[in-house]
Amino acid sequence: MAKADTTTPAYDCIVIGGGHNGLVCATYLAKSGRSVQVLEAADQVGGAAVTREFAPGYRVSACAHLLHLMPRAMIRELGLEAQGLALAQDAMATTALSPTGTHLSVGVDPVATSGLSRADAAAYPPYVARLARLARALRPVLENMPPRLGTDAWSDRLALMRLAWKVRRLGRRDMRELLRIIGMNVFDLLEEHFETPLLKGALGFDAVLGTNFGPRSPGTVLTLLYRLAAHEESSHLAQPLGGMGSLSDALAKAASAAGASIRSGAAVARIIVREDRAQGVVLESGESINAAVVVSSCDPKTTFLGLLGSEHLDAGFVRRVSHLRSRGLAAKLHLALDRIPTFTGVAPAALGGRLLIAPSLEYIEHAYNHAKYGEYSQEPIFEITIPTIHDAALAPPGKHVLSAVVQYAPYSLKAGWEEEREHFTALAIGVIERYAPGLRASISRAELLTPLDIEREFRITGGHWHHVELAFDQFFMVRPLPGAAQYQTPLTGLYLCGAGSHPGGGVMGIAGRNAAERVLKRAA
Amino acid sequence: MSSVPHFLQPLLKTPFHERSRAFCQQDSFIPWSGYTTVDVFSSVEQEYFAIRNATTLYDLTPMVKYRVAGAGAAAYLNRLVTRDVRKLKPNRVAYCVWCNDAGHLIDDGTIFRLGESEYRLCTGERQLDWLLASAIGFDVEISEVTEQIAALSVQGPTSCAMLKDFGMQGIEALRPFEIAQFEVGGNAIMASRTGFTGDLGYELWMDLDRAEAVWDGLMAAGRSRGIRPIGSQALNVARIEAGFIMPNVDFVSAERTVHGGRDRSPLELGLAWLVDFKKGHFTGRRALLEEELRGPQRRLVGLDIAGNKPPHNALLYAEHAGRREIGSVTSAVWSPTCKSNIALAMINAPHFATGTEVWADIYLNRELVWERRMSHARVVEKPFYAPERRRATPAADY
Repeated sequence: MAKADTTTPAYDCIVIGGGHNGLVCATYLAKSGRSVQVLEAADQVGGAAVTREFAPGYRVSACAHLLHLMPRAMIRELGLEAQGLALAQDAMATTALSPTGTHLSVGVDPVATSGLSRADAAAYPPYVARLARLARALRPVLENMPPRLGTDAWSDRLALMRLAWKVRRLGRRDMRELLRIIGMNVFDLLEEHFETPLLKGALGFDAVLGTNFGPRSPGTVLTLLYRLAAHEESSHLAQPLGGMGSLSDALAKAASAAGASIRSGAAVARIIVREDRAQGVVLESGESINAAVVVSSCDPKTTFLGLLGSEHLDAGFVRRVSHLRSRGLAAKLHLALDRIPTFTGVAPAALGGRLLIAPSLEYIEHAYNHAKYGEYSQEPIFEITIPTIHDAALAPPGKHVLSAVVQYAPYSLKAGWEEEREHFTALAIGVIERYAPGLRASISRAELLTPLDIEREFRITGGHWHHVELAFDQFFMVRPLPGAAQYQTPLTGLYLCGAGSHPGGGVMGIAGRNAAERVLKRAA
Repeated sequence: MSSVPHFLQPLLKTPFHERSRAFCQQDSFIPWSGYTTVDVFSSVEQEYFAIRNATTLYDLTPMVKYRVAGAGAAAYLNRLVTRDVRKLKPNRVAYCVWCNDAGHLIDDGTIFRLGESEYRLCTGERQLDWLLASAIGFDVEISEVTEQIAALSVQGPTSCAMLKDFGMQGIEALRPFEIAQFEVGGNAIMASRTGFTGDLGYELWMDLDRAEAVWDGLMAAGRSRGIRPIGSQALNVARIEAGFIMPNVDFVSAERTVHGGRDRSPLELGLAWLVDFKKGHFTGRRALLEEELRGPQRRLVGLDIAGNKPPHNALLYAEHAGRREIGSVTSAVWSPTCKSNIALAMINAPHFATGTEVWADIYLNRELVWERRMSHARVVEKPFYAPERRRATPAADY
C-alpha cells in the first residue's frame, strides 16, 4: 500500500452508525458540502428504527414502533416524503384499557376524550392546555444545541437568555407552576389534578415509557414535559407505512441524495487517534479509513470505552462515562397472529390506534417495584399497536402483527434472561389475553426482545432506547456527561450525534442535526 | 478477631516499632497513614546532622505501597502519571506525579519496575480510589501491599560503607534510582538507591518477619559509622534543603481540595521536567497543554530569607510596605548545612523569577510576646543543598 494512503483523509467526515441520528447527521453534513462516509455494522441501516421479519411472512418495527418525536420541519427539510416516507396513520388515538372493559379514549384533542368523571372532564382541558404551554416554553431546550456555562461565548449567553426569556414570557402563574412541578414526580402531579385512576394511569404512562422510572420517581414530570415538547412540533403519534424501517430507508436515500456514501456490514472496531486527534476508524475487517472528523452515533459507553479506549481519555472522564446510567427496562414483544385480535370493549376503529395497559398509577408503580430488585413485573405495563390494521402488507393476507413495548423488564435480571425469557413471554401474553380473550390461540409465533437482546441486536450498551437515562443529571447541558455535552468530546475531531446526546432518544433526529451543526461550526 | 471496627482501633505498629520505641528517648510518636511512627528520637539537630554526616535509619513502612501488575501495567502507568513510564527499565525507579483531568496534582510517588510487567507504586497518601478509576479499560491488577512489606530508609554519607559492612557487597555499584536484590544472613532484602534527603542513601524493602533482624544487623554494622535512627522532623529539614515537596504541606491533593483554585498543577509546582507531552495521552495532558500555552499563574520556588527566623506560613509581599500580596511560604527551615534561612514558597506571576526580591511577613513569638518583622527575601534556585555524593557511582566510603 502506498504510504500516502495511511494518513490522507479519504473523507471529511465519518459517521459511525447508520441509525436515524447518524443518517440525519450525515445528510446535514453532506448538504454542506462535506464528503461523508456512514458506516453501519448491521446489514441494513436504521439502527433501532428498522422493519424486519420475525416470523415467515410477518414483519414488524423491531425496536421503536411509533414515529412521534421527529420534528415535521426536519421531515420536510430532508425531503423524506419525496424519498418514500408515507404514513399509514397519523395522529393516532390512545385507548387506555380497563380490566372492566370500560376503556378510556385519550384523544389528541382533549375534548375528544370520553368516559371521564365530571370533575376530571372539567380538569382535563386546562391541564392539557397548561402543559402544552409549558412544553412550548421548553421547546428551545429540546430543539437547540445546549449552551455551556462559564464560557465567554456570546452564543452560549444568548441561548441561556433566550431560554430564560421564554420561561419568563409564560407569565407569572405558568412560570411559577413550571418551576414548581419540573422536579416533581408525575404521580403527585396527576394526583393533584385528577380522580379517575385510568386517566392518571394513561397520562403517567407516557412519563415513564422507556425510562428507568416509576411514576413516583423524581424527574418524571421532566420526562413528560420532554415528550410533550417533542410532540409540539411533530406529527404526534404516527405509524410509517412499511414500519419504522421505511423512515430509515427514506433517511438513507436522503443522505445518499445529499452526497453521503453509506456502507452497511461495516462494523467499526476502533477510532484512529493520531497526534491527539480522531483521524479515522479501523473496521472489524482490519480496513482503515481516514477522515478529518469522526462523528459517532453509538452510545457514549460504546464510543468512549469501546471504540476509542480509556488510554486516549482522562481517568476522571472515563470514570464518569462508566457511571452513566444506561440500563434499559423496556422489552419488546412481537406476536404473529392468525387473525385480528378482539379486545373486549374496544371498537374496531380504536384497535388500530395505541392501546395502553396501565390501569392506574399504583399499577405502574407496582410494576416498577419488581424492576428495582432485578425482577420483571408480574403485572407489566404495555404500549400495544397492531400495525397490520393500517398496513396490511406487514403480514400475509388476513394475518396480523401485534407489537408491544413491555415494561418493566430489567437489563440485569437476577435470574438471567436465558432462563426466564419463556416465562416472561408467557406472562406478558397472559396479561394481554385478559383484555383480548382468545389471543393466545391465534399466536403462531412470539418474539421477545429483552434489553439484553436489544443491546446485542442494536449495539446499545444496556439496551436503553435513550442510550443513557433521561434524568436531570444527564440532561440538557450535561448530557450525556460534562466534558462531552454539546456533541463535542475531549478528543479533537471526535463528536457524538446519538441518543446519548441532547435531547436524547426516541426516533427524533435532533441530536444528529445539532451534531452536524456543531461539526460545521467548529470547522468554520 | 476483634469486634471493634478498624477505624476505632489504635494506630498500627510497624514491624520496627519495638526497636524504635527502645531508642525513642522523647517517646514522640505521630500518626502517619494509619501507623504510629517516630517524630523525634532524641533531638532534631542530632538526627539531622546524622543524615548529613553519618548514617541514619528511618522507618518507611507506612509509605503506601501498591502492586501494579499485568499485561497492561506499563500502558496503565503511562496513562496515570505525567512521565514516560515506557522508558523505565526493569530494576529501575522513577519519581512521578499524577494529575486529575484538570491537570492538577493528586500526589507524587515513586514507581519501581520489579519485573517485565510488575511494578510497585509508593505514595505518601492512600490513592486506591483514583488508581482503580484509572484502571477502567486496562488489563491491570492493583492491590495495596503496604502492610505486607517492611521498609527502612538508610541515608547519609556513610550509608554505603555501613551497608557493605552489614553484608550487602557490591551495593556501591548501585546507580541512583537502581534496584538490586541482596541476601544478608538469610534475610532477603531489596535495595533501591532512592530517598527523601537529597543525600547518598538507600531504601531497603523486606518481608515483615525479617524487619527486626535487619534493624539489629544495621545498628550493629553502623556503630562505628555514627548510625542513628531518625524521626520525621529531622527528615523534614533534609527534604526542604533538597527541595522536595510534601503533600498537604506544599500542595493539597486535587482530589481533596474543597475550594476551587486551591489545587496545583505540576507546572506550578516546578515539576515541568516530569511532564512529557510527547509520550502520548495521560490524564490531565490536555489541560496541562492549555496551561502551558497560557503560562503558569504561580510557581513554587526557593527563597533565601534574611535573618535566622524561618518564615513559617508567612505571607509574601512585593514591597516592604506590604501592600501587594504575592504569595505565601509553604515550608520553611533554618538550614544548618547551608547556614541560611530557606523556604519553599508559592508565588504569583510575575514575581517567581529567580532573583526577584520579595518580603516575608514573619511573626515571632518571643516568650509569648508577638513581634512582626518584614524580612527581605530573594527567589533562588532549588535545591538548596545537593552534594555530589548523592549521585556519585560507585558510592564512596566516608
